[in-house]
Amino acid sequence: MAEVLVSKKLTKRFGGLEALSRIDLEVQENSIQSIIGPNGAGKTTFFNCVTGFYTPEEGEIFFYTHNLTGLSPDRVTKLGVARTYQNIRLFKNMTVVENILVGMHPHMKAGLIQGILRDRATRREEQESLEEARRLLRFVGLRGRGDMMAMNLPYGEQRRLEIARAVASRPKLLLLDEPTAGMNPSETQDMVHFIRRLRDELGITILLIEHQMRVVMNISELITVLDFGEKIAEGTPAQIQKDTRVIEAYLGRGAASGLGQQQSALAG
Amino acid sequence: MLRTWRQRITLTDIVVWAIGVAIGAVIIIGTIATLRSGKYSANTWLDLTVKGLALGGVYALIAMGYTLVYGILRMINFAHSEVFMSGPFTAVFLANALSRSGFMDRQPLIGMLLVLALSIAVSMTIAVLLERIAYRPLRHAPRLVPLITAIGASFFLQYVFRGLYGSGFQAYAIPKVLQGSITIGGLRIFNTQIAVILGALGMMFALYAIVQWTKTGKAMRAVSEDKEAAALMGIDVDRIISLTFALGGISAGAAGILYALLFPVVNFIMGFIPGLKAFTAAVLGGIGNVPGAFLGAMILGLIESIGPNLFLDGLGVPTPSQLKDAIAFTILVFILIFRPTGILGERMAQSKA
Amino acid sequence: MHTKSISPWKEAVQAGLIAGAIAVLLNLVGMTTAFSGRYIVSGWFTMGQVLFLVPMFILAYTTARKIAPQPAMHTALAGLVCGVIGSAVQAGLVLLGQVVNLRAMFINASPQLFEILTFGRDLPGLLLLLLAGSIMGVVGAVIFLLPERLAKSVLQALLWILLLGLLRDLVSTVTAQWVIKTKAFPDWLGWAGVLITSLSTFINKTIYSASGLKPLSAIVLFLLVGAWAYWRYGRPKRARITGPLTRRQQTQRVLGLGGIALLFILLPSILGIFFAEILDNVGLYILMGLGLNIVVGFAGLLDLGYVAFYAIGAYAMGVLTSPELGFFNLTFWEALPFALLATVIAGVILGLPILKMRGDYLAIVTLGFGEIVRLLALSDWLRPWLGGTQGIQRIGQPTIGSIILDSQQDLYYLFLAAIGIVAFIAWRLKDSRIGRAWMAIREDEDVAMAMGINHVATKLLAFATGALFSGLAGTIFAAKLHSVYPHSMNFLVSINVLSLIIIGGMGSIPGVFVGAFVLIAAPDLLREFAEYRYLAYGALLVAMMLTRPEGLWPEERRRLELHEEEGEVPLGEPPPVLNTPGG
Repeated sequence: MAEVLVSKKLTKRFGGLEALSRIDLEVQENSIQSIIGPNGAGKTTFFNCVTGFYTPEEGEIFFYTHNLTGLSPDRVTKLGVARTYQNIRLFKNMTVVENILVGMHPHMKAGLIQGILRDRATRREEQESLEEARRLLRFVGLRGRGDMMAMNLPYGEQRRLEIARAVASRPKLLLLDEPTAGMNPSETQDMVHFIRRLRDELGITILLIEHQMRVVMNISELITVLDFGEKIAEGTPAQIQKDTRVIEAYLGRGAASGLGQQQSALAG
Repeated sequence: MLRTWRQRITLTDIVVWAIGVAIGAVIIIGTIATLRSGKYSANTWLDLTVKGLALGGVYALIAMGYTLVYGILRMINFAHSEVFMSGPFTAVFLANALSRSGFMDRQPLIGMLLVLALSIAVSMTIAVLLERIAYRPLRHAPRLVPLITAIGASFFLQYVFRGLYGSGFQAYAIPKVLQGSITIGGLRIFNTQIAVILGALGMMFALYAIVQWTKTGKAMRAVSEDKEAAALMGIDVDRIISLTFALGGISAGAAGILYALLFPVVNFIMGFIPGLKAFTAAVLGGIGNVPGAFLGAMILGLIESIGPNLFLDGLGVPTPSQLKDAIAFTILVFILIFRPTGILGERMAQSKA
Repeated sequence: MHTKSISPWKEAVQAGLIAGAIAVLLNLVGMTTAFSGRYIVSGWFTMGQVLFLVPMFILAYTTARKIAPQPAMHTALAGLVCGVIGSAVQAGLVLLGQVVNLRAMFINASPQLFEILTFGRDLPGLLLLLLAGSIMGVVGAVIFLLPERLAKSVLQALLWILLLGLLRDLVSTVTAQWVIKTKAFPDWLGWAGVLITSLSTFINKTIYSASGLKPLSAIVLFLLVGAWAYWRYGRPKRARITGPLTRRQQTQRVLGLGGIALLFILLPSILGIFFAEILDNVGLYILMGLGLNIVVGFAGLLDLGYVAFYAIGAYAMGVLTSPELGFFNLTFWEALPFALLATVIAGVILGLPILKMRGDYLAIVTLGFGEIVRLLALSDWLRPWLGGTQGIQRIGQPTIGSIILDSQQDLYYLFLAAIGIVAFIAWRLKDSRIGRAWMAIREDEDVAMAMGINHVATKLLAFATGALFSGLAGTIFAAKLHSVYPHSMNFLVSINVLSLIIIGGMGSIPGVFVGAFVLIAAPDLLREFAEYRYLAYGALLVAMMLTRPEGLWPEERRRLELHEEEGEVPLGEPPPVLNTPGG
């Protein structure tokens, strides 16, 4: 199996603080992997480095054979990496369909002049994109919501729209930042199911940050644990649940003795 | 080293650097040509330096208002130039009345302090009202909204004062003690220039002391770091923001009187250009940074008074002083392009994610 | 839940003081005096009186809303308190004026102002002031007590009366020239002439008096407008979203647009020569507004130096065509493409470096750039090329065949043609891939970048397009005046344009038209108002941002998802979620 994403000794500093230090991480094609860790462990910073919002001080990131280090966000996206955000960031004053159409931006061609003249090719492109947007809406279960302003959607649907918008850019790798944050158990279950479908039906490799242990353990094939910017463990859910360093990171040093309890805590 | 190479050099960078190099070349060639021509004596340059320092002092005080407010709200208080205008434009009536009655000549110090106090009071009131009425309800609005509000407020205030006091220029009566000049080693310095430099230094020091050492100042810095955290620590954020505006208003009111000593006419649009320049100074020094504002203002004052002659005269540009504002604004544009954090600043003009 | 208990009386007193302060301000800036000659209802009251009484009305209304629910009697009393205090503050101003010479400071604290405030009856008139103020307060509060539909209708009717009263001069000038035009009608149109003449007589003699509305007609109009508004508020509101239209709606829309186009074409004939100059002005600002709307409204880039491109367009036209400078001596049409190219290049050169910046810094830099351009145009240094303070004269005029377009009316059509083209472009771009990219950047620049949008290039497109349209306005402006002066290129032009698109509705194309007519035509039509133009713009901008940031005519979004036969899924029941067949 090929690696979709490889980070080598990735280091990001803010002032004197090392938000990420020498992170090695590999994401296998067609897998679902997770990054977990306590608050401030550097998970979102890692996403920001991959997607080009931050330039790491040291180390490199490869996406297939492309070196992503130092590329601007738009170029990273064009190569096939898409992401969502921890606090949902939709284009609030645009409709649901328009949000998705913006996601398709890199695959469309019409420039300024074509936009004005609206020639046959441009009209067809618009029409096809619209059809695809409608299909995508049905896929994420937002059928009939297309003409609402994004900000008027209920919370759970905003999350799904955000994912739909990311999927619209036809990514090979999708980075999800806490996709189940603020959801109730049944919504969470739906989301887990949905993420699987993204991989199974659309063939998108998925890397997610997640806090809900039940989700992480349920969905991931491989888990990477970060703490204070360092990778402290990596392995299958079963391995991670037994790892003492992970338990220490989550519950503090003194707690490592009562292992059984913490395991159940980690299992959610 | 390799890392920087990977960040592709874009067309943008090429254009920016090309313009930058061109302007740098113009400045250097112009300076050399001017100095070679020997058209100006050393005294002229010293003269211009003193003038620049006085001007810089005034800009520094106005810049305080921009910098304090930006530090705490991350917002450019576009209407600050009108806060600056309101004080002296009101106080001119008191100053002239005191001159006419002869009080100013009998008790120049008390008279000046009264005028200063009135100017400060008016500017402070306007600043606080502005925050309370126009900005406070918009604290969580998208960034453009408070900025547009500030532009609207700026025009509203300008034309309110025009309606109140008229559109004409009001001559500002300078007390007799400050008229005249002293000569040190062939260099003539006007009394008003001395008063302005001393006054500005005093005010700056007082403001710096307030921000740095008082409890309120500490609260202000806390709020500017993190509003939520500050509120959790029991700081009344609204009150601190009000105080910040008040402080900005006080320094603008004082700056207004000093400005009127240098250019003894006031009117309703007197705030626009100095306001823009003071903003430039704040950005030059690093917006959100108090010593930076002072440093930036002094540099800007000097460039403005020396620059046109030094840079442009040698190039054969007629009446270069016409272009002093253009030079100041060019500086503004270029700092924002090349070093938006300013000389001492840490705050970012462009932040990511 | 902890709710702040509101004391109605404290609120009322506070509102009264605020009303008083606002009214005193209006009095002291001279608005009351300036508008004192303009009757709304002839013999009853003037606009000046409205200005110093209306604050009490408005604040009583808002207080009533704030303290609600209260017994009717209490609400009315609160209104009374507000009204009495508001007018008492003004009475205080009058009394102060008797003791102190306020005029030494406030130039408008004239005897005339005091006469207006006391209704021309000296100090006993202060009682009238108090009475009028308390009536205003009580009425304001009581209107709130009415059922909402009725209250809104009454307020709307009052607004219309105010507007109709203010527009008296406009209407009478326009109708008067209709009558003159009928003289040239051929015989077979005689009946139309009679109709128009009698309509004019009806409007000028029956509805209006020599100044303002006639009292009786004011009452009738009030009832008519009120009834119409009452009927209209009863109907369900149409959503502000347009979609794929049914055939019938499509026909309606085409007819509507055609009607508007026809109206614009006929406008100079309808309004007469007197208004041609004003129309040209409005056209100029619509043109600039459409351009700035792309920059500010679509892409969210606050450009305060918009006048720079206008100046570059105008000066380029001047340099290229003026025989006075004698560089090129091109004709208008020959010079036009070069002038436009110059503005686009200027837009790109300025845009490239600064578009990496965020909102507020961008605003200041563009403002600085606008000033630099003006100062350069003014300077002696560039005098040989740009004419310095004298500007450039004898600029080439547009011609069609052998006809020179030089009358105000001809130029109006030139503006109209340009507006047509530019509005079409703006409308097409709005719903294109680029337009969506602009809006995405406006909404959230970081996310837009993460959607694969190259932010610098995309913003540059918006900036350059805006610059192009501004430059186009500049070239026509130069041709209109035959000359350009650096003084007409000041910051206020940028502010005018910015105000009109914000008040019209950021991002909204019809909003530009509405904004231009309201902001540009109004000061030209009401001479008293011209003095307070920027005061009003400033107040409007602030009020708009505080209460209605989307503007008078908000941006519309197109409906894209639904076909005609499909319905919208109601929000209450979530649509089938995840087990639908995948795409």
